[in-house]
Amino acid sequence: MRAEILALAAQELHPRGASVAALRLVQAHFGWVSTAHLREVADLLGMSADDLDGVATYFNLLFRRPVGRHVIMLCDSVSCWIMGCEPLCAHLCQKLGIRPGETTADNAITLLPTVCIGHCDHAPAMLVDDTLHGDVTMESLDHLIDTLRNTP
Amino acid sequence: MTVASERPLTAMIDPAIGPPNCAAYERAGGWQAARLALGSLTPAEIIDRVTRSKLRGRGGAGFGTGQKWSFVPKEPASERRKYLIANADEMEPGTFKDRWLLEGNPLQLVEGMILAAYAVQAGHGIVFLRGEYQEACVRLHRAIGEARQQGWLGENILGSGFTFDIHVHSSAGRYICGEETALLTALEGRRATPRSKPPFPQTGGLWGAPSVVNNVETLCNLPHIIANGPEWFAGLGLGEDGGTKIYGVSGRVAKPGAWELPIGTPLRQIIEDHAGGMRPGYQLRALLPGGASTAFIDATALDVAMDYGSVEKAGSRLGTGMAIILDDRTCPIGMIRNLEHFFAKESCGWCTPCRDGLPWVERLLDAIEDGTGREEDMEQLDRHARMLGAPGRTFCAHAPGAMAPLASGLKLFAADFAAHIQQGRCPHHAGAGP
Repeated sequence: MRAEILALAAQELHPRGASVAALRLVQAHFGWVSTAHLREVADLLGMSADDLDGVATYFNLLFRRPVGRHVIMLCDSVSCWIMGCEPLCAHLCQKLGIRPGETTADNAITLLPTVCIGHCDHAPAMLVDDTLHGDVTMESLDHLIDTLRNTP
Repeated sequence: MTVASERPLTAMIDPAIGPPNCAAYERAGGWQAARLALGSLTPAEIIDRVTRSKLRGRGGAGFGTGQKWSFVPKEPASERRKYLIANADEMEPGTFKDRWLLEGNPLQLVEGMILAAYAVQAGHGIVFLRGEYQEACVRLHRAIGEARQQGWLGENILGSGFTFDIHVHSSAGRYICGEETALLTALEGRRATPRSKPPFPQTGGLWGAPSVVNNVETLCNLPHIIANGPEWFAGLGLGEDGGTKIYGVSGRVAKPGAWELPIGTPLRQIIEDHAGGMRPGYQLRALLPGGASTAFIDATALDVAMDYGSVEKAGSRLGTGMAIILDDRTCPIGMIRNLEHFFAKESCGWCTPCRDGLPWVERLLDAIEDGTGREEDMEQLDRHARMLGAPGRTFCAHAPGAMAPLASGLKLFAADFAAHIQQGRCPHHAGAGP
């Protein structure tokens, strides 16, 4: 992975231009960006760890804390709100026994609210890991959770 | 295009068969504009044609595209590092038009970028893509790879001497990256705070080099303008503006969706004919015509033509052209609270009025919606709407955008605000159930 990060940096006019791409690469592999990994990436890009952490903590999709095996990002922006995302979120929280921002005890699922994901014609919408789901209902959520709990 | 379509942007998009490859794209009329431009037009001629087409930026601000390009220093790409950047960071709540174009016909964007880059003589192309658009990312990479293989990208394209290639930057989710100077800061691997202007990006942009940032829909129009001529394009619009526009509707309408229509199509026609009107049991109360950062207009103003000037005269902005409908059973204060929560969360934190003012507004709206609001909260909201809403009091347009639905909502829904405060509760069941 170090070689990949150096290759990303080499494509840029200045190495720090690769900071988001490098952090995304780390996250794709480890699920989140730990401080140890952040420091290594900062070294490779010639940045201070604090400088890079400023970038890492800035972006919604970069996780500086561990997440579960699956991440549900439920849209809470305006079109989804009108179409009833709040009761869906309450249902999820009750079913999973967690609040938004938390991970289930079995480490299967993290629930994160997210801003508009551009699927407003199929609101309420959510991203589950990399997959987009639209026209979400309580029933489809129940089915999804069962599936996620049973997949690694 | 061989036959000039009345809906050029989406003519080749067919979800059933997926995006066209290079050969299918060419059969349907693609690459004609790039061949013409690189073979026989000068950069100045392209800028002139695009200016005459009356194309205005489709990202929200509506700046004339040809005019935007005209500020770029004129050296050839071989003599000066310059950038052409496609803004695909579509994060305006209620907006899903660029996703359609990116997923449906990514080669159209590639050709548009070649034309824009040639016009401003930029050798380096970047697509700034929002991180959540995974499918678009896959399809874009495939399209760029194929275009490169076929000689449409890379060294000396078509033997013209013009060299240009495209890199995809997958961002990691932050609304303000759609603001062009914040986008440049993000590309430089920093926290994406906006920059002061001047220098404008066209002279001092990415890594200090001249840079043009154009919205995806804007760029996708270029192949059609060059292939069919600026007069044809200008004639597609129903009013002052040229071309078609992708309009969309979300909320409790019968058929939420997006449609490519002549720019200047009346709002009523979009909602009633294309979105199928309201769902049974719901009345249209008001709407945001072009995304979360546009002012509310009410049900009496539906005959407004959806072009830049007409929507402005109606007290709002065309924005992204993607309308969000407030129905009679949804609480307007709840909706505004949701909008301000978004803006408060997405403030970059760089300037104090925005960083501290937006959460304050959100807390005031929380209190009113939850039934603990007081009369004096209304004065405070009004003060914020005035202070944060006026351009020049915050570093960028984020806070003024956030105040557009609040300021208009305070007027339009004055009775609802009063009822919440007097009754000490929300008279609606906000956002409840389908």
